[in-house]
Amino acid sequence: MPNYRELLQQVKSEIDEVDVTQARELLASEDRPLVVDVRELDEWTEGRIPGAIHVPRGNLESRIEQAAPDRSRQIVVYCAVGARSAFAAKSLEELGYEHVASLAGGYVEWKRSGLPTELPRSLDGAKRQRYSRHVLIPEVGEEGQLRLLDSRVLLLGAGGLGSPAALYLAAAGVGRIGIVDDDRVDASNLQRQVMHSTGRLGEWKGESAKRTLEELNPDVEVVPYLERMTSDNVERILADGWDVIVDGADNFPTRYLINDAAVWHGIPLVHGSIYRFEGQATVFKPGEGPCYRCLFPQPPPPELAPSCAEGGVLGVLPGIVGSLQASEALKLCLGIGEPLVGRLLLFDALATEFSEVTLRRDPACPVCGDNPTITEYVDYVEFCSGRPAHA
Amino acid sequence: MSIIRIPPALRADVGGARQVPAVGDNVRELLDDLMSRFPALRRQLVEDDDIAPFVNVYVEGEDVRTLDGLDTPVDEGATVILLPAMAGGL
Repeated sequence: MPNYRELLQQVKSEIDEVDVTQARELLASEDRPLVVDVRELDEWTEGRIPGAIHVPRGNLESRIEQAAPDRSRQIVVYCAVGARSAFAAKSLEELGYEHVASLAGGYVEWKRSGLPTELPRSLDGAKRQRYSRHVLIPEVGEEGQLRLLDSRVLLLGAGGLGSPAALYLAAAGVGRIGIVDDDRVDASNLQRQVMHSTGRLGEWKGESAKRTLEELNPDVEVVPYLERMTSDNVERILADGWDVIVDGADNFPTRYLINDAAVWHGIPLVHGSIYRFEGQATVFKPGEGPCYRCLFPQPPPPELAPSCAEGGVLGVLPGIVGSLQASEALKLCLGIGEPLVGRLLLFDALATEFSEVTLRRDPACPVCGDNPTITEYVDYVEFCSGRPAHA
Repeated sequence: MSIIRIPPALRADVGGARQVPAVGDNVRELLDDLMSRFPALRRQLVEDDDIAPFVNVYVEGEDVRTLDGLDTPVDEGATVILLPAMAGGL
């Protein structure tokens, strides 16, 4: 029976090793290998090789397939001094990874050679616990959660769509949530606007939202704007800096206004709208797909487009559509998945049916087209009144 | 014959139906057939003898404005979606 030293020597003789000079050359090459740090969490948080991913030795076999699905890609695995990584390399070879090398001397040698390191930011204990279900998802992980905590999402409307969207974005740890709403909580709102409550009747929705969201998650800073978004204040509100905008407005002038602003500022706009039993959702991502004006060049005459206040809406419907908007906003913040760009999702609650139509950018679009004719804010109320400000 | 899906905002004009069968080889013929039976739909769908700019018509998920507009052919059994803009969010 071999002792540890003998076993290590035997394993090292069966695997490939690279020294720090070779590793540095590999990392600088075009076919950059995947670098896997197999140390424990406390070691990882004190510094790492730039670009490395963290898969602790104890979880290597169970997690590596998600982190590295391509078994033909070269992997350089390292630990502190090259012992644990030698065993890790052997395990990876047994799992079918074709090009695995262990970094001889490990992170200690790398650092001693004066090669670059980076200090990963990490979640503290409380955040690690709060966001543990996110951290467990490979597509999110600790990096993604830190990114969410740095993200800034602006919501138009703290109403039917805004309520579920804001609740889930706050719960997810989106660090800064702006809410534009000039309305107060009314009894007729409470059938669907779940961010507010009976005790808040008469309060500004923005203030009510701030209380609800910060109570749900103190990591989140909520910035209420107790005003209606108009051409006069849109630049001031956007100047506060937003990564994603979630449109849950209840009127066409605001929807056209925020569309134009989002195009000009290059901010992705998550669109949702609802009426009775049916909802629509899509993502307008400047430069990658159509904008709202490509979808609807003009608003309908007011008499042909009844609002929810006039026509009603099933209370849970905004819960579904607003949650879809939150999901899209999180994906955009994280840079993962396939957002609803160029696709309009239609939901029919009566039939319980989702369908999808294709949206295409209109090269003749007056705002995002090849030769835009609208390049500054217009009078959106007039534009939507059936008396277009632009011919 | 094709199936035309009627959005909630227009259902009052078709007696409340969620979808209505219509006959025609292209979008123009289908809409003409639909509007001949439900004349109140005309001002909701048509402007200056073309599809109104505030409504979209999709044939098998594609916006007919990106195809041949009213002349876009419609295969037997195809699904046509009428989609006016909705502003509601609160």
